[in-house]
Amino acid sequence: MFRIEPRGYPSRFWSLGSPILAIALTILVTGVIFAAMGQEPLVAVYTFLIAPLLEHNGLAALAIRAAPLIMIGVGLSLCYRTNVWNIGAEGQFTLGAISGGGLALTFPDAPAELLFPGMLALGVIGGMFWAAIPAWLRTRYNANEILTSLMLHYIAGLLLVYLVTGPWKDPHGFGFPQSALFSSTATTPIIVPGTGVHLGCALAPLLAAIAWLVLNKSVLGFKLRVVGQAPRAARFAGFNEDRLIWTAMLISGGLAGLAGILEVAGPVGQLTTTISPGYGFSAVIVAFLGRLDPIGAVFAGLLLALSYLGGDAAQIDLGLPNAVTGIFQGILLFFLLGCDLLIRYRIKRVRPNPAVTLTGIAE
Amino acid sequence: MIFLITSLLVSIIAASTPLMLAATGELIAEKAGVLNLGVEGMMLVGAVTGFVVTHLTGSTTLGIFAAILAGAGMALIFSVLTLTVLANQIATGLALTLFGKGFSSLLGRNYVGVAGPTLPKLDIPVLSTIPFFGPVLFGHDALIYLSFAILIGTAWFLYRSHAGLILRAVGDSHAAAHALGYPVIRIRYAATLFGGGMAGLAGVYMSLSYSPMWAEDMVAGRGWIALALVVFAAWRPFWLFVGAYLFGGIMYLSLYVQGLGIPVPSALVSALPYLGTILVLVLISRDRRRIRMNQPASLGQSFHATA
Repeated sequence: MFRIEPRGYPSRFWSLGSPILAIALTILVTGVIFAAMGQEPLVAVYTFLIAPLLEHNGLAALAIRAAPLIMIGVGLSLCYRTNVWNIGAEGQFTLGAISGGGLALTFPDAPAELLFPGMLALGVIGGMFWAAIPAWLRTRYNANEILTSLMLHYIAGLLLVYLVTGPWKDPHGFGFPQSALFSSTATTPIIVPGTGVHLGCALAPLLAAIAWLVLNKSVLGFKLRVVGQAPRAARFAGFNEDRLIWTAMLISGGLAGLAGILEVAGPVGQLTTTISPGYGFSAVIVAFLGRLDPIGAVFAGLLLALSYLGGDAAQIDLGLPNAVTGIFQGILLFFLLGCDLLIRYRIKRVRPNPAVTLTGIAE
Repeated sequence: MIFLITSLLVSIIAASTPLMLAATGELIAEKAGVLNLGVEGMMLVGAVTGFVVTHLTGSTTLGIFAAILAGAGMALIFSVLTLTVLANQIATGLALTLFGKGFSSLLGRNYVGVAGPTLPKLDIPVLSTIPFFGPVLFGHDALIYLSFAILIGTAWFLYRSHAGLILRAVGDSHAAAHALGYPVIRIRYAATLFGGGMAGLAGVYMSLSYSPMWAEDMVAGRGWIALALVVFAAWRPFWLFVGAYLFGGIMYLSLYVQGLGIPVPSALVSALPYLGTILVLVLISRDRRRIRMNQPASLGQSFHATA
C-alpha cells in the first residue's frame, strides 16, 4: 500500500520535475490513444510532436501559434496568482479582435503609423473592458468571476457572429460569415520576411519578461501574491483587495485583447467566426504548465502551440480528427495537476504489518 | 390559443430538463463539498456516448445507461485527481471540460449529422388524451418524469435521511465529519460520481430527445448554466427546480423570438440565456449573507487526513 504524507515545505525538485513528468506521462497516454485508434503509436507520436518542427518554416509556425498562447497565459498566470479565476480569456481575446478590427474596417485608408497603433490600443481596451465586467460584478456584487467571465465568452462569440454576418459582413464575400480583409496599413508587421513571424511573436516573450519583473520585483506584484496566497494577511496589511482584483483582471483582459487584435490583424487578416481555435482556454493550461510564472508560460506556450501544429499534422498525414489536440491538452492538464501532489506531499510505501494481517485472518 | 400555450409549455419543459438533471447532480456533489466545474465536459461525453450506443444497439435504454456510466467515468477522473491526489478542484474541473470537448468530438466524429433514434414519448394511455393537461403533464418521455423523481428524491435524501445529514456534514466541515469517523473521501467520491452520472443523463437527454442528433459542442454552455443554477438556488432543491424552469423558459424564448422573424439579429437573441445567467448570479450573490449561510462551508477545499 502507499500513503501520502505532507512535506514540511514544498519540494523544489518536484516543482520543476512535476511538469516534466506530466509531459512524459501525457505523451505515453497519447500514444496509447493513438494505438487504440489503429495507428502505429510511435509513428503517430512522431507525427504529432516532432515532425511539425522539422517541416519547412516549422519553427516559424510554432512561434506564430505560440504568440497568442503566451500573451494570454502570462496574463492568466498573474490573475491566478492573485486567486482571481478569470476563465473567460477567450471572450476577452474576441473582444480585443472586435474592437481593434472595428477600427481597421472603419478607417481602412488611414496611414499605418496611426491606424495600427490605434488598433492595438483599442484591442487592449476591448479586452480590458470585457474583463472589467466580471471584475466589477465580483467586487461590487460578489458574483463568482468564473461563471460570469465564462458566460461573457459566449456573449462575445455571439457578438462576433452578429457583426460578421450583419453590419461588418464583407459585401464581396460570397455570403461567407466574414468581414472584408484588413487593408495593408492595418496588418501586423512581419518581422522575419517570408516566414509570417509577426510583431506579436517578439512582443510575447517581452511582455512575459515585464510581467515577471512586475510580479517578482515590484510592490504591486508583492501585493498580488499576498492577496492570492494569504488574503487575511493582505487585509491586515491594509491592501485594497478589490483594487488588486481589478488590477489582475484588467492586466489579463488587456493581454488577451492584445493577443486577439494581433491575431486578426496578422495570421487571420480579417474578422471571421473562427478567429481562435480556443487559445483562451488553452492558455489556462499554459498558465498552469508554466507554474503560474510568466517565464514558465513562454515554454508552456511553445508546447501547447506544438500540440496545435500536431493536431493539424495528425489530420493531414494520419487522417485523425484534430480533436486530438484538445484531448492532448486536457490529459496534459490532468497529469500536471496530479503530479503537483509531489510538490507538497511525499508518497510513502506502507508495509502491511504482518501481525495485523495474521489477526485479520484469525478472525 | 390553448394549442399554442400547450406547445409552449411542452417546449419549455423540454428545454429545462437537461438543466435540472445536471444541476441536481452538481447540487449533491457541492453539498458534499466538491466543486466540479467539469459539468459541461461530462454532459458532452454523456451526450455522444448515449447517442453512439443507441445507434449501435438500437436500444435507447442501453444508450441512457451508457451515458450515465460515461458521465460517472468522467467524474471518476475528476475524483481521483481532486480527492485522492488532492489537485485543485477549479483547475481540474476546467481540465475535465477541455478534455470532454475534445474526447466527445473524437468519439462522435463519424456520427455528426447522422439522423438519430429518438427517445419514445410515454403517452400514458387515456390520461395523455385529455385536452391541454394530457400533452403538458402526461405526454413526455421517461427522462422528464425521471428528472422530477430524482429532484424530489434528492430533496428527501438531503433533508430527511440520515445519510443526507452525513453528506451535508462532510460538505460543511470535513474535519469535523472525519473526527466523527465518517469516511469523508469515500462519501465525496460517491457524491461526485452521482453528479457525473446525472450530467451524463442530462447529456443523453440532449442527444436523444431535445435535439436527437450529435453535433460537436451541442451542449452549448448548458453545463455552465447548471453550475450557475446551483448558486442561484442557494443550494436548495426547490429553487433548483425554479431556476431550471426559468432558464428553460429563457432558452425557449430565445428560440421562439428567432422563429418569429422579428428583425432582431438571431445571434444577439441567442445571447439571452447567458446574459440571464449573469443577471441572476448578480441578483443572488449581492446578498453575501445568504450565500455565506447556504454555501457548503468546505466547498472546493481539498481534504487530507493527516492523522
